[in-house]
Amino acid sequence: MKKEFKVIADLLPNNSKVLDIGCGDGSLMYLLKIEKNVEVRGLELNQDNVQECIYKGLPVIQGNAETELHQFPDKSFDYVVLSQTLQAFYEPEKVLKNLLRIGKSVIISIPNFGYWKVRTKLLLFGEMPVTKTLPNTWYNTPNLHMCTIKDLFNFCDEKNIIIKKVVGVNENKTSLIKKSNLEIKNLFSKVGIFLIS
Amino acid sequence: MNIKLENIKKLNVTNPLKLDCGKTIKDFPLAYETYGKLNDNKDNAILVFHALTGDQFVTEINPITNKEGWWITAVGPGKAIDTNKYFVICANVIGGCMGSLGPKDINPKTKKPYGLDFPVITIKDMVRAQESLLEHLGIKKLLCATGGSMGGMQLLQFCATFPDKAFSAVPIACSSSHSAQNIALNELARQAIMADPVWDNGKYVLKDVQPKNGLAVARMVGHISYLSEKGMQEKFGRKLQEKADYEFSFDADFQVESYLRHQGYAFVERFDANSVLYITRAMDYFDLSKQFKGGLVEAFKNQKTKFLIISFSSDWLYTTKDNKDIVIALNASGADVSYSEIITDRGHDSFLLDEPEFLKTLKGFIDSMYEKFKNEKRI
Repeated sequence: MKKEFKVIADLLPNNSKVLDIGCGDGSLMYLLKIEKNVEVRGLELNQDNVQECIYKGLPVIQGNAETELHQFPDKSFDYVVLSQTLQAFYEPEKVLKNLLRIGKSVIISIPNFGYWKVRTKLLLFGEMPVTKTLPNTWYNTPNLHMCTIKDLFNFCDEKNIIIKKVVGVNENKTSLIKKSNLEIKNLFSKVGIFLIS
Repeated sequence: MNIKLENIKKLNVTNPLKLDCGKTIKDFPLAYETYGKLNDNKDNAILVFHALTGDQFVTEINPITNKEGWWITAVGPGKAIDTNKYFVICANVIGGCMGSLGPKDINPKTKKPYGLDFPVITIKDMVRAQESLLEHLGIKKLLCATGGSMGGMQLLQFCATFPDKAFSAVPIACSSSHSAQNIALNELARQAIMADPVWDNGKYVLKDVQPKNGLAVARMVGHISYLSEKGMQEKFGRKLQEKADYEFSFDADFQVESYLRHQGYAFVERFDANSVLYITRAMDYFDLSKQFKGGLVEAFKNQKTKFLIISFSSDWLYTTKDNKDIVIALNASGADVSYSEIITDRGHDSFLLDEPEFLKTLKGFIDSMYEKFKNEKRI
């Protein structure tokens, strides 16, 4: 199981109602259901993934998060989860606004463009970074709006979004990120997980 | 239409049923068929609602027409709705002509066939008439209820009227209310029947004849709406029917003409013209949101049923948008809902065809629901 999913599961209280945006084959939903007795719902674009979720008995709606979030009423979920897809939207700000409308709280994870290996690849080799977390090359990446943990941190501050908790993940290690250790954690975390509202 | 309906299963519904139009029917026949076996726990029952021109003979060979059942692609041993595992029930709608009370039956008051004296029925009337069948079969809660097109409309009505009678539901390629275009197409079908002099204000039933030409045209209208433009173009294009060139006449030169004529005239052998009038009217009157003050969201309030809505990308009769509106309402009412759009060129007809992605999704959902339902019952 992905460490990131474990962190997300730990952030959620038992029996809450969760919407997983871009839920893929339902792995996270399944984990949340089993471990936290969470009432889950997924939104997923890919037909095969939708079918996979249905096979697992997980409720899923086929649709595009960029254009179809309007179908979910205000505050209809306790938590909305967006795992590593914010950077792939045309208008991430608009999507984020919608997530905060639908969920009482929102959990977002991002691949951290501030991770040291990413930085050195560009700084020393002058090439767009390709890493385990960012496996695509510049011409075929779905990622349109890459950002760092620090960027998202500052963005939330600017937009008056309340940051409740930020967790940095590097392989199997996790650490709490605060304003005081932001610079160093931004350098050593592969993935950042934000709990906001 | 000259078919013998003596040897089919019928339930005599004795409880009076007050129809939406205000009239009451009682002691009426409800024809039905079942496939597979109801298990001892009675937790494997699946109710299928049929579409406009369907009937209770979902699968195997239809004993009346000697053709395959209308949903043989989806229902049967080892199929998506596996009759080795599940008990499948389907009833002929009232207003129909396959054994349930309809306009060609004898009016007890006049001792003659009803014709247009038959009361105008609604989708809700059809659904309420079928509830007694579940009682008769001793089924308190269905594992699943499903249906496409008008079958899907009946299903939405069923769930709104009986929020706890089905553990799960799969409405397919349907709508929560008939659009102007839907009504217009139905009106075209009705006008074709009424324009046939044989129809004679529905009184043809007294003379044992059938307005074949009008009914065939009505069916042709339907068939055009069941196919997509692309699907039709690919299937027929401008291909000629067993001839090298145009014949400079009004015979069926094109394959598409021949197809429509064949479909139209095959239909008159098994269907009653007045039934088409009554059933299309019921579809046109269908507007689920109108029945509830708060609209469609209110219709699905307190819904315990788990839904899977399925639409087909090239269906222009009941579009993806029509189906998504149902999903939105279910979401807004807090119901448990899944949704899948199947990408296909085969139009509205897709739900009746061997459409692998669709059938896989249907099977996956029903099988997973069965596991859940069994566990829930155990607790």
